[in-house]
Amino acid sequence: MMSGLSRLQRYYLYYTGCFLLFIATLAVLEQQGMPPRWVGYALLFFTISMYAVIGVVSRTSDVSEYYVAGRRVPAFFNGMATGADWMSAASFMGLAGTLYLSGFQGLAYVIGWTGGFVLVALLLAPYLRRFGQYTIPDFFAARYGGTPIRLVAVGAAILASFVYVVAQIYGVGVITSRFVSLQFEIGVFVGLAGILVCSFLGGMRAVTWTQVAQYLILIVAYVTPVAILSYNVTGNPVPQLVYGDVLQQVTRLETRLFDMPAELEARRLYRERADLYAQKIMQLPHSLTQERDQLSVRINELKASDAQMRDIVALERQRRELPLDPEQARVRWENAMFTAVDRSQRPIHHAEAFPGDDPEKQRIQQINFLALIFCLTIGTAALPHVLIRYYTTPTVREARESVLWSLIFILALYITAPAYAVFAKLEVLSHLAEIPIAKLPGWVAAWTKVGLVNIEDINGDGILQLAELSMNPDVIVLATPEIAGMPYVVSGLVAAGGLAAALSTADGLLLTITSALSHDVYYRIFRPNASTQFRLVISKSLLLVVAVLAATVAAQKPGTILSMVAWAFSIAGSAFFPALVLGIFWARATRAGALAGMLTGMLLSIYYILRVEFDSIPWLGISGFRMEPWFHVQSTSAGLFGIVAGFATIVVVSLITRPDPQAVDFLKRIRYRNGGGHA
Amino acid sequence: MPESGAHWRKTRRLTVGLLLVWLFVTFGLGCFAIELNAFVFAGFPLGFYMGAQGVLVIYLAIIWYYNRRMRQLDAEYHLEDE
Repeated sequence: MMSGLSRLQRYYLYYTGCFLLFIATLAVLEQQGMPPRWVGYALLFFTISMYAVIGVVSRTSDVSEYYVAGRRVPAFFNGMATGADWMSAASFMGLAGTLYLSGFQGLAYVIGWTGGFVLVALLLAPYLRRFGQYTIPDFFAARYGGTPIRLVAVGAAILASFVYVVAQIYGVGVITSRFVSLQFEIGVFVGLAGILVCSFLGGMRAVTWTQVAQYLILIVAYVTPVAILSYNVTGNPVPQLVYGDVLQQVTRLETRLFDMPAELEARRLYRERADLYAQKIMQLPHSLTQERDQLSVRINELKASDAQMRDIVALERQRRELPLDPEQARVRWENAMFTAVDRSQRPIHHAEAFPGDDPEKQRIQQINFLALIFCLTIGTAALPHVLIRYYTTPTVREARESVLWSLIFILALYITAPAYAVFAKLEVLSHLAEIPIAKLPGWVAAWTKVGLVNIEDINGDGILQLAELSMNPDVIVLATPEIAGMPYVVSGLVAAGGLAAALSTADGLLLTITSALSHDVYYRIFRPNASTQFRLVISKSLLLVVAVLAATVAAQKPGTILSMVAWAFSIAGSAFFPALVLGIFWARATRAGALAGMLTGMLLSIYYILRVEFDSIPWLGISGFRMEPWFHVQSTSAGLFGIVAGFATIVVVSLITRPDPQAVDFLKRIRYRNGGGHA
Repeated sequence: MPESGAHWRKTRRLTVGLLLVWLFVTFGLGCFAIELNAFVFAGFPLGFYMGAQGVLVIYLAIIWYYNRRMRQLDAEYHLEDE
């Protein structure tokens, strides 16, 4: 059987075997009494040193090896590496949670993130491979000519990739701090080390081979817990096949639970709380002073009587923690109000498409579902760190095959995520809802302690209503091992998988940013006659600088980082996709058209995001510019307008400018002449 | 190169055809999900099933078919790969 495999496949088979053996050993050791914390350390140390070994073995000082892995990556492995490159901490931890929270609506992510690969296969990958250079800006410069378009492409690539890489390093910090109890900031720099061992010495070559290793770990880690859970619940270890029945069970439970009197009561209390906050916000600043005075009066009353010291201290703390000024009070109370409003809503049925009380609301849901699919699809097909992976295959044909492999490997995770959500929902509906709070399963208390699960007995009946429970999306994947009653080593495995997802994506992004800077800006624009050795020195130093910069930003815990990642899709999609596709399929597209289209698309997306999402930019001194969304489209789908505008601008401007004479030759080369890629 | 011209025309026709399939599957689901959910498939409401698995498998089929046709076209027009 082994003889049918290539040498590389055998290596990775041994590697996977080693890893599974290591997990089994840890499981035995844990049973013998090894403390969970050590299990966590061992897994962290083992996986990162594996990546380090691969990274060091793949070190290189050859330009083609450094930027495109020597174009020697077979389709199968390029597919696997693309899978790891593509699936980030957000896919690994966030997707199942999003599906849990939004049910059918969340499927937009599953569809959008996979549908994009059809566009990559049909419209981009083969042509980029035949073009055969190093970066995406290279393509724009060759097709349309000129430095300005290269610079615009570099700018868009860095803008889209940098927030994304910060989010990955942030994810590493979260995982390490939660599972091996490192301090968050230290965790971030452990992550930084993990990223650098993969990419610093060997560039794309090392990143490719570590990504393959990381894919194997992340997929084992993702599928194992839910397979065991599925076996426990249904007796069948293939969750993807059987969760239809579980979904029906969930629907029955939902119908029974949603309108129970206690649920209605809890939701009513939250609505009242929301109204109270709304009133308090209306009456600012008066309401704040009033609240402080009331507390002072009560404290004095208590002090005068012989009340317990503990009660007085508690009230004094409450007074100390009141907002300092009306501005802070408004922000805090608005948040509290929105939380209360959220909890006062009737929950949605998991499988119901476009839930809403009236046709108007349903239509808004449907518009946003379609718009989100559109943006995620096109964003996927335009993210530079994914596209450059298709430069690395030996032939055009293998580039095409490798898109198929990429999608197969990505599907393994995306088909599992909805099952995670449904199994978690079954657990919540059958073992949490309407259960006395003192008798909740152990995992709830454990995750409440770290703040990812929040329980509040608003109606004081000692029983948990659905409205009284709120969960952070990440908890679905993280807590599944405990829900299924598995030993700590499985939780550790999940952490190692999340780490692999974050590190592999971070490496791909980091390489994209540094090649944009070192190859496109430094070599192509400033020093076209720099020696190859010096180019690599520049590239490696920049990699270090960008990585440290990203880790520093991540260590600040920027609050909006996760939504910023969603915006990266809109920005990349509107900047790159129209100019790439028209550049390949429409000979008449001109330099002026592409330049105008890229700028218009990108700026329109950014404009829309800013005006829908924010009301002021303090450091620019602008405020009060929030606008109503166009056609109810949320800011995460800003690309809808940017992409359409991008296409329209390129067509119009191209038609009124003179055709590029060299475009026809270039297109002949990437459409049917082979052997264009000389490294 | 008239030969290559024919190759390109066929490639383009294939690409446009498959893109239409892709467009129909992706956005058709978004438009008719409520109606599809009335049917049950393997325990799932059909609309939910299509979004969670069905559409994804069709995507795989589209890419697989494209690769196969392109291999045939390349052989037909003697476009050797590097």
